[in-house]
Amino acid sequence: MSCRGNLKQILSDGKFAITAEVGPPKGSDPSKIIQKGEILRGHVDAFNVTDNQTAVVRMSSMAACCILQKMDLEPVMQITCRDRNRIALQSDVLGASAVGIKNILCLTGDHQSFGNHPEAKGVYDIDSIQLVQMIKNMRDSGIFQSGDKILYKNPDVFIGAAANPFADPFEFRVDRLEKKIKAGANFIQTQSVFNVNKFNIWMDEVRSRGIDKKVHILAGVTPLKSLKMTNRMRFHVPGVDIPDEIAKKMENAEDPKEEGFDIALELINEIKKIKGIHGLHITALFWEDIIPSIVREADLLPRP
Amino acid sequence: MIITKQKKIGDILNSIGEGPVFIAGCNECATICHTGGEKEVLEMKDTLNEKGIEVTGWTVLEPACHLLNDKRILRKYENEVNKVKKILVLACGNGVQTLSEIFEEIDIVSGTDTLFLGEIKHTNEFEKRCDMCGDCVTDLFGGLCPVSRCPKGMLNGPCGGSTDGKCEVDRDMPCVWNMIYNRLKNKGELNQLKEIRGPKDWSKATEWKRGT
Repeated sequence: MSCRGNLKQILSDGKFAITAEVGPPKGSDPSKIIQKGEILRGHVDAFNVTDNQTAVVRMSSMAACCILQKMDLEPVMQITCRDRNRIALQSDVLGASAVGIKNILCLTGDHQSFGNHPEAKGVYDIDSIQLVQMIKNMRDSGIFQSGDKILYKNPDVFIGAAANPFADPFEFRVDRLEKKIKAGANFIQTQSVFNVNKFNIWMDEVRSRGIDKKVHILAGVTPLKSLKMTNRMRFHVPGVDIPDEIAKKMENAEDPKEEGFDIALELINEIKKIKGIHGLHITALFWEDIIPSIVREADLLPRP
Repeated sequence: MIITKQKKIGDILNSIGEGPVFIAGCNECATICHTGGEKEVLEMKDTLNEKGIEVTGWTVLEPACHLLNDKRILRKYENEVNKVKKILVLACGNGVQTLSEIFEEIDIVSGTDTLFLGEIKHTNEFEKRCDMCGDCVTDLFGGLCPVSRCPKGMLNGPCGGSTDGKCEVDRDMPCVWNMIYNRLKNKGELNQLKEIRGPKDWSKATEWKRGT
């Protein structure tokens, strides 16, 4: 493995990394992604570019990654198993590496029934763990899934995967993380953390198995923008765990944005104390411009 | 059991256009699903008559997917079938096509939608159990099938949307991965789930023929 991305370098040096999610636009205007990149420049180390998140059609992840790269910003290309079979996935991995993309985050993907084309046929030829393993084999052994050989240069990518410490069955969640690492994940980005107690229980188990020594774990953080968003995430986004205490703060807030910002800072301060956490992954849905102040206030500047 | 449901009558009437029509049901799955047994065939006959569509005859095949049985049974209805432009089939997609094979000149109209291979839980209550992937892996998962019962067909554990034992795609549907986990936990066989299961060989799902 020789990829020399910024994210890999920071994590390998044992520094605290910050990634942020940038959703490509629902259209073909590149300026939308350029604006987001400019706002975040200098405040995060790499940009996760989503792959038709929540199954809503958007500009392709790879194209948006290329736009960021032209700006000298490092993307993490998210790739899901929902819309592509193993042939298309491997082809995209080769293509991504060819255009210089250094990081790929492997996801199974949000089910198509949640998106703007619920009539679509989902692919799910393979799952996220199989995708991680497939890319690792392409990179390290030069073979495709079928065993056929890669002829002209193995893809050179840093492989990421997601983990949700809050979904059920809770006791299986560390086993599943361990499988992702065994499959070849180099870094992990978690579901947004609101319930620090539950996250700590998960991390205790992670550390007791020595997993934090084998993989870089970036904890998810999402600033809450409004009560409406809080309730939507709380009741309608599967696998998100917002404790009553946080929901109540948002309910009673005079200025929900300010409260959401403060809650995010408190969460970051708690998360920073947890042993084995190597960084943050900030997802500010439709609120990317808040990220620079969060990073600044959380005392995470300057970036390496 | 092949689970079917009857199409909306408006859609059936649109497909038929004008009669006369012969109706063929099936004595197996479609009978048990109450979509193509004698009762449903006769009800359909009455409905079509009310709409002014002539029904020259009807039968319940034994079963509709059996080519030779169909030929034998339908021989008795030669007169009725000779008069029609359409045959309405109240059976699964296989029954429909077995009749298409027998009658090249007559339009075959499906009166049902074929949904899945499933279990009869109670009368008129069915649940999907199998995708006919050609490579059964249930032995690895406590006798339960994540290929057909997980909407993402995951083979390495539940996605992040499994909550309170329910699937994120349908809150009324149990998460099969939660069931697999509990089953293997009770048996003390959770180690089975630590193995990485590789991608399925889907070429086995595209077999189109089996014979001796």
